[in-house]
Amino acid sequence: MSRVIDSGSVDRPNSYIGKSIPRPNAGKLVQGRGQYVDDVVLPRMVNVAFVRSPHAHARIVNIDAAEALKIPGVVRVFTGADLVPHCSPWVAVLAHLKGMKSAPQRPLPVDRATWVGEAVAAVLGETRAIAEDAAGRVQVDYEPLPAAVDMETALQAGTPVIHPELGDNLCFERVNQSGDVDAAFAAAHKVVEATFHTGRHTGVTLEPRSVLADYNRASGRLTVHMSTQAPHMMQAVLAQHLGIAEGDVRVICTDVGGSYGIKVHVYPDEVAVAAIAKIVGRPVKFIADRFESFATDIHARDHRITGRMAVDAQGRITAIDIDDLTGIGPYSVYPRTSAVEGNQVVGLVGGPYDFPNFRAKTTVVFQNKTPTCQYRAVGHPIAVAVTEGLVDLAAEAVGLDPAEFRRRNVMRDGTYPRTSPAGMKFEGLSHEASLAKLLEMMDYQGLRAEQKRLRAKGIHCGIGLASFIELTNPSPFMYGIGGARISAQDGCTVRIDPDGSVVAASGVTEQGQGTEAMLRQIVAEGVGVPIERVRIITGDTLTTPYGGGTWAGRGTGIGGEAALQAGLAVREAALKVAGAMLQAQPDTLDLINGEIVDRATGAARMPLTELSRIVYFRGDTLPPDLPRELMQTRHFITKQYPFAFTNGVQASWLEVDIDTGLVKLLKHWCVEDCGRVVNPMLVDEQIRGGIVQGIGAALYEECPYSPEGQLMVGSMADYLVPMAAEMPDIEVGHVETPTQESLLGAKGAGEAGTAGAPGAVMNAINDALRPFGAKVFAQPFTPERILEALGKVGRG
Amino acid sequence: MSAEVAITLTVNGERVSRRVEARRHLIDFLRLDLGLMGSHTGCEHGVCGACTLRVNSRIVRGCLVLAASLDGAVVETIEGVSDSGEIRDLQEAFVARNACQCGYCTPGMLMTAADLLKTNLQPTREDIRDHLSGNYCRCTGYHAIIDAVEMVARRRNGKAVP
Repeated sequence: MSRVIDSGSVDRPNSYIGKSIPRPNAGKLVQGRGQYVDDVVLPRMVNVAFVRSPHAHARIVNIDAAEALKIPGVVRVFTGADLVPHCSPWVAVLAHLKGMKSAPQRPLPVDRATWVGEAVAAVLGETRAIAEDAAGRVQVDYEPLPAAVDMETALQAGTPVIHPELGDNLCFERVNQSGDVDAAFAAAHKVVEATFHTGRHTGVTLEPRSVLADYNRASGRLTVHMSTQAPHMMQAVLAQHLGIAEGDVRVICTDVGGSYGIKVHVYPDEVAVAAIAKIVGRPVKFIADRFESFATDIHARDHRITGRMAVDAQGRITAIDIDDLTGIGPYSVYPRTSAVEGNQVVGLVGGPYDFPNFRAKTTVVFQNKTPTCQYRAVGHPIAVAVTEGLVDLAAEAVGLDPAEFRRRNVMRDGTYPRTSPAGMKFEGLSHEASLAKLLEMMDYQGLRAEQKRLRAKGIHCGIGLASFIELTNPSPFMYGIGGARISAQDGCTVRIDPDGSVVAASGVTEQGQGTEAMLRQIVAEGVGVPIERVRIITGDTLTTPYGGGTWAGRGTGIGGEAALQAGLAVREAALKVAGAMLQAQPDTLDLINGEIVDRATGAARMPLTELSRIVYFRGDTLPPDLPRELMQTRHFITKQYPFAFTNGVQASWLEVDIDTGLVKLLKHWCVEDCGRVVNPMLVDEQIRGGIVQGIGAALYEECPYSPEGQLMVGSMADYLVPMAAEMPDIEVGHVETPTQESLLGAKGAGEAGTAGAPGAVMNAINDALRPFGAKVFAQPFTPERILEALGKVGRG
Repeated sequence: MSAEVAITLTVNGERVSRRVEARRHLIDFLRLDLGLMGSHTGCEHGVCGACTLRVNSRIVRGCLVLAASLDGAVVETIEGVSDSGEIRDLQEAFVARNACQCGYCTPGMLMTAADLLKTNLQPTREDIRDHLSGNYCRCTGYHAIIDAVEMVARRRNGKAVP
């Protein structure tokens, strides 16, 4: 069976793994004929509009819905108290994050609002417009309370404790260390130090959060159409908190209009919609508007990190010491928790480098802002920016070129498996090969010469490098061991139908990254049929094998391997039947391009359609005891490593206008090693899209707050995202180090772009500013911050 | 609540008569009144471009146009230009080049790209980037979209595509 993934020979017969094949589901999307949640309309459907808190922290004294209920078409108004009998609260902690705490949270708060935008009442209307009209007439009396806004003062005496029963505003802290850090710094040739800020920002999925819940009183079943990445997780959560058997909850996600981690969380307003649907026995729809997206989609990356790096006289890193502080809002987000991002930072800092002494501390605090949680590349962009920022400072301190400094310090290829100073286990990485390939792709020396030429003309360009590692293929060590019902295994069922076509159902999900394309290629090759004959089913808890969905780079590495194993099992089952029909040993036959052939000669013996016709309609002609199981299910879970790490390196080439502080991106490169590449085109587009989200964080995106905790973003005109005109062309290259944990050998590719881009852009800006002795470490690197660093404007 | 207005207009070649609330936006009229779900609502402030469609041959934001103002107008949506085959080459290029990921921005993006190619037959990559800058895409990073539009422009000019 090894021929199936005989890498490098992509022209072998009936081979699809490794080829750039367009996505099967893109055709409907380019015609506007997909089906997003808001496209689903059900009989007697009603719409929800939420009344949201204008205060960062306030007691809810009274809610008066009388005026709202007078509007024709208003069905009902729900307060937090109304939902108490119907939905149990949750506390978002994970047992393996020792000491972590959070407070019980309900779909709508009963007596207190804790961030601007928190839903405090739900209005049900026959149309969305009516519901919104009525929401504006619900009278909520608030008693404003002092708010804990600034994470820097969250633990100080005098700051209000958001949940008095917790004792303080500390959610979680962890120190991760190895070696003797203090001794290493004392003995260092040079020590460099900086304080970094990663701006609080959010995912901005173009399709807002969307849910349509439909409870059938007769059957007792709840069907929820949801824009989500993890339907089985949502099924478990809704069942548990609404008091419905898990088997009676069905979650369907057909097309999802962007997710990036934003749609893998349990949002209280979405749980409220499901609870309300159960109460009223009618389909209930909620589609967030853009203000609601900014105020209630999870935010991320609100970190302040001080970092130090020690180096010896040869330019070798001897120690890294970082102190990370992050503010996560008033509640940890259910069920993945909001401590994971900080926990990732202390595990990932220094990731690419070989050095002996390490200390990283994270402090995770509550505050009265929008809750934060996992967003694409969780923790990585922070850890990479800090590490790579320190690396460039260290290179400068010892007088080494940044590329040379990295060459001296990255983990050597061929020295794996090994464990990092932060305790991460690496099966096999390729930092040296990736860096060498990147420098060649970008013509590093040529670009340095160009930079020098332009400097002479008063044009200030910079080159920024960022090496990175990226956590993919997560095992139960990520969530399961902490008690969350989040599956790390995944399954795939593959069947041959009577017409010889193949249907595969998988527990991983599609949000545009190409999951179904990847599955189709793997299944077609695994079974041995033309790819056009394969249809894929994802995104439905009733019809797909139980699985985790798509997040943390697990779709191809976990879901793809299950699909490959199921496809191979179906082929084997078909050959068993073929052997009986053709009076041949099954192992002398093969299935290629929908044809049973002689394995040795390739000579055609029988079309698959004949075999399936006999199995389904003339089973009487087969030997009575012959198994004819043309449908097989296989599951896959990683076993040896908690995570399959990938690695890579990015480079940014940009110009800084030192008069205006504007940054012009000229080019971006990435070399990435995600193991076996199933579809090079799709992987490259994942990398490019990820890079641009990382660039957005580096240059534009931020959710700023007033000192009182007022969110200063109200619409998409306030919050800048990358636009086509500002983005550079992006060149992507690959090194392939397959994981040995699976036959497929694939690791994740969706997050690497986002992980490395902010660090590369920061280093490029600072490289451009080098002659002026100016440096920026606070994202986003706005013109204002760059001019401040240049001393051209005062600090505001 | 607002008064209703009677309108008769042409949508994708079909004559349509409806009474609409004066405040009804074109995007809601298409989606809720006509069941044309191809144009998407992204920001409702005219910023993101997901609801871009054509009124009287010009592209507009469906979220900024009031349906009541469209008596006698000719409206073309992604469904219409798909069925007519007008942008088939663009659609094929978007699929072939993977210039569409989640697909939510794609109908609007295609309408804007088609608009560019009507007036600029030999756009540079910079021209394409400029023209598409009112259409946000959060998935692709734009590079593949620029490639796809560039490919179609070259093909329409009878040039070989690498």
